[in-house]
Amino acid sequence: MLGLGILSGLLIVPLCGAAFILTLNGDEASVARNSRWAALATTIVTFVLSLVAWGRYDAASSSFQLVESHAWLTDTIRFKLGVDGFSMPLILLTTFLMPFCIGASWHAINVRVKEYFVAFLVLETTMIGVFASLDLLLFYLFFEAGLIPMFLIIGIWGGARRVYASFKFFLYTLLGSVLMLLAVMAMYWQAGTTDIPTLLQYRFPVQMQTWLWLAFFASFAVKMPMWPVHTWLPDAHVEAPTAGSVILAGILLKMGGYGFIRISLPMLPVASHEFAPLVFALSVIAIIFTSLTAMMQTDIKKLIAYSSVAHMGFVTLGLFTLNEQGIQGALFLMISHGIVASALFLCVGVVYDRMHTREIAAYGGLVKRMPLYAVAMMVFTMANVGLPGTSGFVGEFLSMLGAFKANPNVAFFSTFGIILSAGYALWLYARVIYGKLEKPNLQGILDLDLREKIILAPLVALTIYYGVHPAPVLDVFAPSTDALMASIKTALSNTQTAAAALPIPR
Amino acid sequence: MYHAIVFFPLIGFLIAGLFGRYIGARACEYITTAFLAFTALIAWGVFLDGGHAERVQVASWFSAGDLQVDWAFKVDTLTRVMLVVVTTVSTLVHLYSVGYMHEDPHRPRFFAYLSLFTFAMLMLVTADNLVQMFFGWEGVGLASYLLIGFWYEKPSANAAAMKAFIVNRVGDFGFSLGIFLTFVLTGSVAFDAIFGKVDAIKTLSFHFLGYDWNALTLACLLLFMGAMGKSAQFLLHTWLPDAMEGPTPVSALIHAATMVTAGVFMVARLSPLFEEAPNALVVVTVIGGITAFFAATIGLVQNDIKRVIAYSTCSQLGYMFVALGVGAYSAAVFHLFTHAFFKALLFLGAGSVIHAMHHEQDMRNMGGLRRYIPYTSAMMAIGSLALIGFPYTAGYYSKDAIIEAAYASTRPGHTLAFLCVVVAAFFTSFYSWRLFFMTFEGPARWGAHAAHDHHDAPAVARSTMAHEADGPPGHTEGVAHDDKGHDIEPAHKSDVVADDHHGHGHHGDHTPHESPLVMTVPLAILAFGALFAGIIFHNRFIGAGMDAFWGHALAHGPHNHIMHEIHEVPALVSYSPLVMLILGFILAYWMYIRRPELPGELAAQQPSLYRFLLNKWYFDEIYDRIFVRPAKDFGLFLWKQGDGRIIDGLGPNGIAARVVDVTRGVVRLQTGYLYHYAFVMLIGVAGLISWYLISGLPKGAH
Repeated sequence: MLGLGILSGLLIVPLCGAAFILTLNGDEASVARNSRWAALATTIVTFVLSLVAWGRYDAASSSFQLVESHAWLTDTIRFKLGVDGFSMPLILLTTFLMPFCIGASWHAINVRVKEYFVAFLVLETTMIGVFASLDLLLFYLFFEAGLIPMFLIIGIWGGARRVYASFKFFLYTLLGSVLMLLAVMAMYWQAGTTDIPTLLQYRFPVQMQTWLWLAFFASFAVKMPMWPVHTWLPDAHVEAPTAGSVILAGILLKMGGYGFIRISLPMLPVASHEFAPLVFALSVIAIIFTSLTAMMQTDIKKLIAYSSVAHMGFVTLGLFTLNEQGIQGALFLMISHGIVASALFLCVGVVYDRMHTREIAAYGGLVKRMPLYAVAMMVFTMANVGLPGTSGFVGEFLSMLGAFKANPNVAFFSTFGIILSAGYALWLYARVIYGKLEKPNLQGILDLDLREKIILAPLVALTIYYGVHPAPVLDVFAPSTDALMASIKTALSNTQTAAAALPIPR
Repeated sequence: MYHAIVFFPLIGFLIAGLFGRYIGARACEYITTAFLAFTALIAWGVFLDGGHAERVQVASWFSAGDLQVDWAFKVDTLTRVMLVVVTTVSTLVHLYSVGYMHEDPHRPRFFAYLSLFTFAMLMLVTADNLVQMFFGWEGVGLASYLLIGFWYEKPSANAAAMKAFIVNRVGDFGFSLGIFLTFVLTGSVAFDAIFGKVDAIKTLSFHFLGYDWNALTLACLLLFMGAMGKSAQFLLHTWLPDAMEGPTPVSALIHAATMVTAGVFMVARLSPLFEEAPNALVVVTVIGGITAFFAATIGLVQNDIKRVIAYSTCSQLGYMFVALGVGAYSAAVFHLFTHAFFKALLFLGAGSVIHAMHHEQDMRNMGGLRRYIPYTSAMMAIGSLALIGFPYTAGYYSKDAIIEAAYASTRPGHTLAFLCVVVAAFFTSFYSWRLFFMTFEGPARWGAHAAHDHHDAPAVARSTMAHEADGPPGHTEGVAHDDKGHDIEPAHKSDVVADDHHGHGHHGDHTPHESPLVMTVPLAILAFGALFAGIIFHNRFIGAGMDAFWGHALAHGPHNHIMHEIHEVPALVSYSPLVMLILGFILAYWMYIRRPELPGELAAQQPSLYRFLLNKWYFDEIYDRIFVRPAKDFGLFLWKQGDGRIIDGLGPNGIAARVVDVTRGVVRLQTGYLYHYAFVMLIGVAGLISWYLISGLPKGAH
């Protein structure tokens, strides 16, 4: 197969699908129909292919697997792909969520249908590329390239204020990227390569780590998004079409976390350790402030967007605890949030498609006409709240536990999140689902149709399954986390003997 | 065997929940009730067999680093007691609900929730580790939320459900931190491993929030915070009275017999930990004593029949915590055991009254019911006797043991707790008889009888009363004041009324009727328990057979001889509960049978005290003022000012505004998306150029 491995396949299949859709022509209705089916088929094939990759993956090993390396720019900048315990679950999450996005766009998108699905498939390639890259420049390229289709999706198929939202999104993320690009260049100058496995072994000088860390941080913090550079997210979510929100919440936000675990923590351990208090502070502020902000929202999507920022606060908190529980919890929370937040946005999409409004006040008493919808929404609300038995609990619990180990006071403040999340989530539920069905235009609202059932049922099942039995995901993280911990520990103890006496995390 | 006990209710839940709409309500009722009855039978078998403590591994839940969390059952005497309590009451409540809920169109959902609750509660009491306990803990919280809000069209029910969940979350905040600290100290979350390390960690100190704490004391206090939330103890009690918005069988099962005792169970389960943290136990004692006293004072003046019993529950839970605090763990669990019977009986009896009165809950609109529903009134009498500790009923054994233990203890705070529980015993007797007299004795104040009374029509009175909390006290107790007035908006009153299937307008047409057999049989069984559970079991729980019965389920430190010392208290102390009981009865009789005008006069003489009690010490108002409203205001501030004006204003909007201006100038030339594409292409080109620049530069350098 031209020397291409399965990861290249994952990159190419969506592109082929996109190319195929581009060639479609005929009358508008049939092009739209064919593009939908072609996009759905492509994403399903990609998902199946990723499952094949998963089958070949050895979860017990911490090394990079399915590695393939092709000549590219220079000898040291190669088109290199591979996966380990950090990236494999995220790739699966990406390919898993894509068919849902296509399904959610089935009737919702009526203009420029062809272009829409092309944009989505290109986006899929870039997202998989981010997680599969084993070359820093390639990583950067995919990381930035993903912006363009997302920018288009928000800017073209979005809501009323889509232009404002898309520019805000673009400017924010681009600003971070510029600094990241500088950091990538600096790393190349220093180490002579952008090969990630090599860089993982390379020890950057402590002084330099600080600057590199800050540069990467600028980019990843925007992407997460961390407080106070989070304000693009609510706007982007509100204006994006449902599927765009799903991808934003489900995958794009995880790129920041992935960047931290792939680059900042292992390559710049000393700086990471030094800056951990800063990250803790921002995380705690994010958890408390954005939860309070979420409580006061009047727009359903904005509320969920703010709750995403709060949850990402738990992720950054967990990652920088630099202990197994915190890191694995953060990673698990990324996966869980990818499922739960996506599902919540899909749920919003369900009522938005019917009523064309996202105002909380426009709803009320939906359970009377939409009992199934109410059940699905309840499951996801509870997962959002972090109820044990749902996937949301495991990640939050572990990252807070890790935080308690690292710094009990930080954990104390972050734990307020469990009170506040119950506040905003249940209040939303009570206002939308419970109450009397009084609004005249809601009287005829219909419950989930077959397409929506097919979309939401697997997500309900996974939310509960991973809550009761998270091992299939959690244990994949373990070997890579252990390896990371070991390398951080050596790096820190080396520096400690050499320079300043920093306490080593347990 | 234990698998069956725990998972049968889960299966019942799944059947009723997933297939309820296909198999119909009747089938759901039968299936869930039959499953529960079966579980209860096994549980009693297990309980009477006794046997050693054992651990049953079910599956691994999750692990990370050195943290290992299992799904596993830890079964010892404490668990067996709880299994019996939970499954018995749950079965009876299922059965009772068949009758009580027979008009409700959502019965499959109701029975599904009941079974879900039972499953979560069983997971809680069989938990082998703190995290699984937390699973059950939050699971019962979810079920409670769903059941309080069961009548989802009632705004008051929704508000109460949310309040219950969120206040419990405040407790769980402490519980979580307690789990974290315990793990950091012992490296495990499994009970046996934790208990094994207690000796090694009891002298450690831990720096937290700027103080150096004794690590074990801190852990126990944090965990106890969870118990305070779940068991509605002073400061975190505000959700329990509101939880009465749920259907009455739910109140009996969740908010009286089982879930609210989870906090007591937790402290008993962790007794090896608490026993080594005496300072934490002092807090437990004091909080328990205050709760016992303060909830009883509020119970004195409430007019909603369910709220009186709810405050009584709160107060009785305080008794249990007093017992735990002074180290009399077995007395606490014994009171939990007996309380489950008589309090479930009282609630189900109250449900039977409410059923008879067509969903009327206000005792001011009752009276004289003994002639119409003699069976129910007899059951309520039995429940009340057991509650006040009438000799040889169930409550007599357990409650007296607690009062004596509070006296006999030598730990700090025991005097306060003793005084509190003795005075509370007097109040208990008073409000129990007040409830009984107002409901079953005296003149009838309902239906056609009410027309001659000086009461307004209930619905009108209620809606006006809601505002009267600020006004002057009325001349008769209650008419000018509605106990529910300030946590339910007046507008919602009409919902409450409209929701009743019969409505208040029917009062004139119906005479109260006795409930059907399916409701009265559970009452009889519970009445049996309320009368005889004490006689039958006191020897095992707190008597001579104690050590053999409990095994190692409850810890007693080397200096903890409290269960023996209670036999050596002065006679005056032993008789004090009886004295209080008689005094309470006489006072209630005097005020509600002989001189029925007296309560109103008293209320008029002491308006501020009366209002203070009627408004539940103003806790809801205070919390609203210092927590809820500031949180909302702050959230709004963060959103509008923080995110909107400061972050966006200084950052992106300033820049974005400029960019958008420029592009808009371009876009204005022609509508459509062409220029967006162009813009993006430009960015792409810029990216491409920079990429070649980088890739080019190092090449030259090498």
